[in-house]
Parts: sequence; C-alpha cells; structure tokens
Amino acid sequence: MSAIFTIPIEWYILLSTVLFSIGVLGVLFRRNAIIIFMSIELMLNAVNLLLVAFSSYLSDSKGQVFVFFIMAVAAAEVAVGLAILMMVYRNSKSSDINDLSKLKW
Amino acid sequence: MITTYLFYLLAFLSIMFGLMVVFAKNPVHSVLYLVITFFTIAGQYVLLNAQFLAAVHIIVYAGAIMVLFLFVIMLLNLNKETEPHKSLWLKLSATIASGLLLVVLVGSLKNAGTIPHPANFNTNIGLIENLGKTLFNDFLLPFEVSSILLLAAMVGAVMLGKKSIK
Repeated sequence: MSAIFTIPIEWYILLSTVLFSIGVLGVLFRRNAIIIFMSIELMLNAVNLLLVAFSSYLSDSKGQVFVFFIMAVAAAEVAVGLAILMMVYRNSKSSDINDLSKLKW
Repeated sequence: MITTYLFYLLAFLSIMFGLMVVFAKNPVHSVLYLVITFFTIAGQYVLLNAQFLAAVHIIVYAGAIMVLFLFVIMLLNLNKETEPHKSLWLKLSATIASGLLLVVLVGSLKNAGTIPHPANFNTNIGLIENLGKTLFNDFLLPFEVSSILLLAAMVGAVMLGKKSIK
C-alpha cells in the first residue's frame, strides 16, 4: 500500500500549503498565546509533511532525517516558549498577547 | 484505489480539524483537535512509506508536546471561555491575509516543475535501518548539535520556570 503510485505529488503540495495557511490564520486570528503556539506547531507539521512527501517520491531518506531535526527544534521551542508563557502569566495574570505591548512606543 | 480514498479522507480530516483548532472557543478543545490533526498527519506518513517517522511523530507530538500544552492550560486555568476576542475588523483582515497567502502559494506552486513517477522506487527508505544509516553517516554533526540545543532548551526552561532568579 503506497500512495506514491496513485497520488501525484501536487496533492501533497496542496495539502501542505492549506495546512500552512491554516497555521498563519491561527497566528493572525487569535489573541491567546497558547493557541498561537499551537498554530506554529501546525505550520511546522505542514512543512514536515512536505519534506516526507518529497523524500518518499525521490527515494531519498535525507528528507526524513531532516524531519527528525525539525521535531527536535519544535520540542525545544515548545519547552522554552511555554516557560516564557508561564512567566508572562505570572506577571500579567493573562495569556493575552495584547498585554505584551510594553516594547511598543 | 483504497489508498486514494484514504488520502482524501485523511486530507479532509486534517484540514477540518486544523480549522477547528483555530476556531474553537475553549483552548482545551483546541488542543484535542490538534492531537487529531497530528494523528491524521501520521496516517499520511504511513501512506508515504515512512512508518518509523509516523510512530515517532505520534510519540513526540501527540504524546509529549500536546501533553505539555494541556498541562500548561490546566496550570494557567484557561479551560474556560474567558478569552477576549479581537475586533471583527481584525478578524476579517486576518482571514483575508491568510487566504491571500494561500492563493499566492498555490498559484506560484501550480506551475512548478513536477517529479516524474519513479521507476525504481525504494519502499525501504522509511525503515529505521536506512534512517539510522543516513543519520549517522551524513548528519552526524547536526545530530550532536541538536543534542546541545536540547540541553540549552532544558536549562533555559528550568531557569525561566524558577520562582525568582537571584
């Protein structure tokens, strides 16, 4: 059972593009910082899907190894980001990104 | 034939639950929808002969990262609909902006060069043996650097999470 013989790669490119746009929509649409983090995860996964698709269509396992590195970076990003979010919540009692405008002049 | 239907089903489910992540009122529901989205993406990996990556994806994302998200949401007591929403104008402009991004990306990728169907297609590249060989032959230095990255992230998260830094 392999999708590669029946589905052209354009469908995977289209699916990844749609998922990435949904992630961008989430970042722009919501004010809750946790939801924005989740949208960033969605964008990373769209890119991962595209990397796996190209790696599979080209019979080259380097793309799948790159997905491992992206997963490691995503895990590190989530750990540090959620720690920062905890600090922000401890100081401002909300996770609304509009409260984080002290650097704006 | 069943592979095609499976692809369409998984693609539909991932797009639908991805939209529900963005539009769900309750943050806990958003996390659960995102977990379902990750499971559908893992299904796509299985369809693409990346079985080991599908398992790792489920373990790392659905098992670790989303549990971390749920834990923080419970800790911050955000599991109620108290979130202030953006104004209608900002929401409309956000929707238009991301829709325009989608149109531009699809339009620019539509006429990109395509890959011909591979004649001698290797179905074993997604197995752990081949991935390990590639990882430790070609990507040994990035592998070690990523371990330093994880160590730095761990130290940073612990330092940020402390009550007060003296």
